[in-house]
Amino acid sequence: MRNAFAAELARAADADPRVVMLSGDIGNRLFDAYKAAHPDRFFNCGVAEANMVTVAAGLAAEGLRPVAYTIAPFVTLRVLEQIRVDLCCHDLPVVVAGVGAGLSYASLGPTHHSMEDVACLRALPNMTVVCPADPAEARLALRAALAREAGGPVYLRLGKKGEPAVHASAPDFRIGRALVLKPGRDAALLAAGTILPEALAAAELLAARGVSTEVVSFHTLKPLDEDYLAAAFARFSVVAAMEEHGLIGGLGAALAEWACERDGLKARLCRIGARDEFLHECGDQAWARGRFGLTAAAAAGKILARLGR
Amino acid sequence: MTAAELAELEAAARRVRGRILEMSHRAQTPHLGSSLSCADILVAAYWKALRVDPARPKDPDRDRLVFSKGHGAMALYAALAERGFFDPALLREYGTDGGRLAEHPSPGCAPGVEVATGSLGHGLSWGAGLLLAARLRKRPTRALVVMSDGECEEGSVWEAAMFAPAHKLSGLTAVVDFNGWQATGRSAEIMALDPLVEKWRAFGWAAREVDGHDLRALAAALSAPPDPAGRPTALVARTVKGKGVSFMEDDNNWHYRSPSDAELAAARRELGLP
Repeated sequence: MRNAFAAELARAADADPRVVMLSGDIGNRLFDAYKAAHPDRFFNCGVAEANMVTVAAGLAAEGLRPVAYTIAPFVTLRVLEQIRVDLCCHDLPVVVAGVGAGLSYASLGPTHHSMEDVACLRALPNMTVVCPADPAEARLALRAALAREAGGPVYLRLGKKGEPAVHASAPDFRIGRALVLKPGRDAALLAAGTILPEALAAAELLAARGVSTEVVSFHTLKPLDEDYLAAAFARFSVVAAMEEHGLIGGLGAALAEWACERDGLKARLCRIGARDEFLHECGDQAWARGRFGLTAAAAAGKILARLGR
Repeated sequence: MTAAELAELEAAARRVRGRILEMSHRAQTPHLGSSLSCADILVAAYWKALRVDPARPKDPDRDRLVFSKGHGAMALYAALAERGFFDPALLREYGTDGGRLAEHPSPGCAPGVEVATGSLGHGLSWGAGLLLAARLRKRPTRALVVMSDGECEEGSVWEAAMFAPAHKLSGLTAVVDFNGWQATGRSAEIMALDPLVEKWRAFGWAAREVDGHDLRALAAALSAPPDPAGRPTALVARTVKGKGVSFMEDDNNWHYRSPSDAELAAARRELGLP
C-alpha cells in the first residue's frame, strides 16, 4: 500500500506544481522517484513532527498542497494539537498520511500501534478521515484528497506493504461514498481499512451458515455515507462494523452515533473492533489481530450471535 | 531615521498603548502587560520594517507578521487598526459576545491577522512553512514571527529552530518579546531560559539582543537585510512587561488584571492621550 501511495504521490507532483511532500524521516528509498523528479518539493522534516505539521499549514496557507507523511501514531496523536489548531481550525488542505495503521506494525510494539487515531481525528471539526482498504484505494484516496478544490485537511490511514488487492479493477472511489464489494440479503458487513479481506472471508463463513452478507469498503469515516447507512439500516437485520481500531471512537462508534437518534431502523448494530487495552506481547499483525478478535471467524461468530443464530 | 519620523513612531506607539488599555478596560480581559510589552515591536514592524499595504492585506507579495504570542492579541488588533488595516470601531467588538475579536485571534478575524494563535509554539513553524512556499513560488516575501519568552519553553519552538537554518530560511526573523515574566513568575527561573541569545546562536541563527522599546533600534534591526550566510535571524528584544504605564511596569499582576476607570484615566494621562 505504501508503494502505491508513493507512486501516486509522484504522479500527483508531476501533474500539480502545488504538491509538496513532507516526511518525518521515514520512507527510506520509498520516495526516490518523487525526489529525483521534484527535489525542491520534498522536505525531510526530521524527527520533529510538530514542526512538520505546522510547516505544512504554512505551506497550505500560501496555496500549496502539502502531504505530511510518517508513522501513524506520530503524525496523529503526537501532533494532535497542531492538527487541531493549524490544520482544522484554519481549514487548510493538508493531507496527513499515516503509515502503519492499526496493528500494521504490531511487531514494533505498542508505541507503534495506532488504535486510537481515528477516534481522535474524527472528533476534530473540518477533518476528513479516509481508511483505504488496499493499494488501489490508497492510490485513489490520495488522488481524490489532492483533487479537492475546497475543503480542509484529510487524514489518510494507510497500511504498510504487501496488502492484498481487494479490487479486481479500479473502483469508482469517492471520498464519503461507500463501495459495495459483494451484495447480500441478511447482513451488511462494513469494513474500514485493510481489515477488509477478513470481512470478505467472514462473509464466506457466514454463507456456509446460510447467511447472505453484503461486504462494503466503508473507507470514509468522516463524513459518513449517510445515504448508504439509511438504506442498509432499513434493509438488513444486522449492520456490522469491522475495523483495526479500538471500539471507542472508530467506525462502530460512528455508526452508533448515527443510528442512536434515528427511529424505525430495522438493523441491529454489531461492532467488531479492539477492546480498550494496550497490547504488550510481541507478535506480527496477523497474530495481533487474532489477539483482539479481528479475524474472519470472530467476526462471523459475532454477526451470527447478533442475528440470533 | 529623522527626528520627525521617530516622533511619528512614538506617537503611534502611544496610540496603540491607549487602544490596548481601552480594550482591556472595556472587556475586563487579561494579558494587558504582555500586550504593552510588545507594542513597540509591532509599531517598528508595521510602520517601518514590513512591506505591507493596509489597503491590500492579501497582497501575495506582502511581508508576513506571524503573531505567535497570541495572548498579546490586544496589541496586534490595536496596531493593525492604527496602521489602517481596519476601522478602529472594530476594536469595540473585542471580548464581546458574538464579536469578531477574541482574546486570542481566530482565523481571518480581521484584515492583517495572518494566523490564529494562542496555543504557544506554533508561529515559528508556520513562518518557516510560508517562507518555503514563497521560495517555491519565487516570491520575495519575508516573515517576522513575534514570540514571547515563556513561549520559548515549548519544544516545538526548538524543532522549528533546527528546521529553519537547515533550509537556510534567511528571510525568517524571530523576535522574542523578552519581558522576563510568564503567567505565574520569572521566565528565567521557571525554566532555564538563559542564555537565550546563545541558544538561538547554537541552533544556527544569526542572533542578538535588541532594546525592545527603542523604536529606532527596532526599526533598524527589523529592516536589516537577510544574513548573507543564509541564517535566519533571532532578535531577543529586552522589554518591560506593562511598558508605558508606570504603575504597571514590571508588575506581573497585570498579566491577569485589567484597569479600573481611575487606572485607565491615570494611564492615559501618563501616555499623554486626550
